Amino acid sequence: MAVSRSSSRCSPLARLAVNLSAVFALVLLISAAAPLEEKQISIYSNVANYSLPVTAENGHDYVGIFELLEPLGKVSLKTSGTQWNLHYNNVECDFQPGSDIARLQNQPVPLGTSFVLRNGRGMVPVGSLTTLLPRLLGGPVNFHDAARRLFVGDAGVHFTAQIKNNPPDALEINFTARVNPSISTEPGKLVLVFTHDPVLPPGTTVLTFSSRSITSATYSENNGSAEITIAGAVPLFASFGNNGKTISVQPAPQQPAPVKSAPKPLPTAQTGQPIAAASHPVYSRYYIVVDAAHGGAESGATLGNQLVEKDVTLAFARRLRDELEVRNVPVMLLRDSDAALTTDQRASTSNQLHPAIYLCIHASTQGHGVRLYTALVPSGDTNRGPFLDWRMAQAPFLSSSQSAANTIAVELEKSHIPVRQLAAPLRPLNNIVAAAVAIEVAPPASGPSDLTSTAYEEFLANSIAAGIADLYQLPGAAR
Amino acid sequence: MNPRQLIITVVILVAASLGMALYAWRMQKHALTTVPAAYSGSVAPPASGSTEQATLFVADDNSGELQPQQASIPLSEDRQQRAQELVRALLNIYLDKNSSHPIAPGSDVRDAYLVDPGVAVIDMNSAFADGHRSGILVEDLTVASLVETVAQNIPGILRVKILVNGQERDTLAGHADLSILYDVPSVNQMVGPSPSPSQ
Ligand SMILES: [Zn+2]
Repeated sequence: MAVSRSSSRCSPLARLAVNLSAVFALVLLISAAAPLEEKQISIYSNVANYSLPVTAENGHDYVGIFELLEPLGKVSLKTSGTQWNLHYNNVECDFQPGSDIARLQNQPVPLGTSFVLRNGRGMVPVGSLTTLLPRLLGGPVNFHDAARRLFVGDAGVHFTAQIKNNPPDALEINFTARVNPSISTEPGKLVLVFTHDPVLPPGTTVLTFSSRSITSATYSENNGSAEITIAGAVPLFASFGNNGKTISVQPAPQQPAPVKSAPKPLPTAQTGQPIAAASHPVYSRYYIVVDAAHGGAESGATLGNQLVEKDVTLAFARRLRDELEVRNVPVMLLRDSDAALTTDQRASTSNQLHPAIYLCIHASTQGHGVRLYTALVPSGDTNRGPFLDWRMAQAPFLSSSQSAANTIAVELEKSHIPVRQLAAPLRPLNNIVAAAVAIEVAPPASGPSDLTSTAYEEFLANSIAAGIADLYQLPGAAR
Repeated sequence: MNPRQLIITVVILVAASLGMALYAWRMQKHALTTVPAAYSGSVAPPASGSTEQATLFVADDNSGELQPQQASIPLSEDRQQRAQELVRALLNIYLDKNSSHPIAPGSDVRDAYLVDPGVAVIDMNSAFADGHRSGILVEDLTVASLVETVAQNIPGILRVKILVNGQERDTLAGHADLSILYDVPSVNQMVGPSPSPSQ
């Protein structure tokens, strides 16, 4: 009753103001909570894969015809008044705003709805592309109109998916060409989104598997992208192999790691600081991810006759893995073949695994011994609340990284191996959400030819593994 | 028109023609002397720039550190021009056959811009980046020496961006990240003195 009395004392004007502001707040809330996804069309061809915005005109979807053709060949435009005279390679096409007929080599081509000029851009209805493009391009196109994915000529990537037992319960997805999807994880699923890869649907859109961890893979298309959603009974992570043509999806967790808050930066880094598996409320199977830098066509430095850095780093990473396994430190090799991985792929794979330490291996003939690097985080703190700036993701972990580098340095010095600690503007160190250290292995004092000698590699790997084992055995470290 | 008026008119016309001819000749001479000077700035050391003492931060592969080196170089008044001349002086040291930190033949700086507030953009040529040796330390030494040399000789430079052939590039030669702006104070950490006595 008190409420009704107090509201009855408000003037009608005040009530209107309150109601209006409530409506306004609601509208703001709705628009903030559900930002409208911009409509786009993706075009796949043998010369370029790209996406363009789609705009609505009179209730129909439209796209800029000049922008669409430009990546595919030689386009030129002449305008006289509002008339558009477009040349694509040797084909001429005229468009007139307000007219739903284009003239291509003087032959009429129906557009369905009218050609539109918007801010100097000539827009054609998306629905007309299947009529217009084969004549302009002189070849077939295949348009998945519901998802707005347009395939020119024989552009397309097929894939197969099957459960493999090595590693156990892993879903191996093989593509006919290199792909570069964005990967996201949600409870119970892992989603691969292909926007600039011409991935084509499989024979059946839902593939089911008789695996305890991975139950199905579902293909779908929407708004210029293809998606493969992998459903799992456990948290999953994806890794790339075979030059980006294979994606392996595996169960991520097994061993529980203590849940810790993000390590706070210390005024000075020191050894002996326990390094736990990140700040994520998840299980981490691996204490350390070892990443052999370079790979595939990106071979790194030339270290001598026929000797390239990518091979030296892989051999050393494998040796280090063996030394860590002997010490019972859970380790995963991020690159265990001649795969070409981008630094983004390395960072996102490592970040999905939530290790306590990411260790990246490089090799050089300059100087002697070992150089240990932590990230030189770029200037400008743009981390906002729970959202991390990708370039600054390492910032909260720098102290842990320096502590890990110090502990490894102590073990190397015990073995009289020259060691130097520096900061480096070296990707993906600044993208890693864990302690992150890069090692540049240099030759011994006896000369550059001994860089790859078994004895020297073993000597170094043994000391580095001892340093990591020291960290792993500290109370509070993840295991 | 009587003969006296005719003579006066002819004298005035001849004087005017001579005057115009003299003016045209002087203008042409002026153009010939000023045009080459206006275009010579970016390809040769400034003809009129006075020689100044500058500290170049020279990379040394043996120690893996930067060694400050005093040099007497002709420097322009213009700060942008100055940045370019400093980088070119540094590159000339690296291109010498006895260099402590050799770089690829043909390496050069294409341009330098100063962008407020306190950002210098150094645009290097393709030969410099394409022929650069690959390695974390060797690339960091080059980047740090460029940044330090420009920042320590031109007051007010706080950050430095390195472009190659007018474009942003991922890395110098597979390692040093060129997609970022280098903070002058943090560059010390890249090649600073070793905390351990070795190496
Ligand atoms: Zn490397």
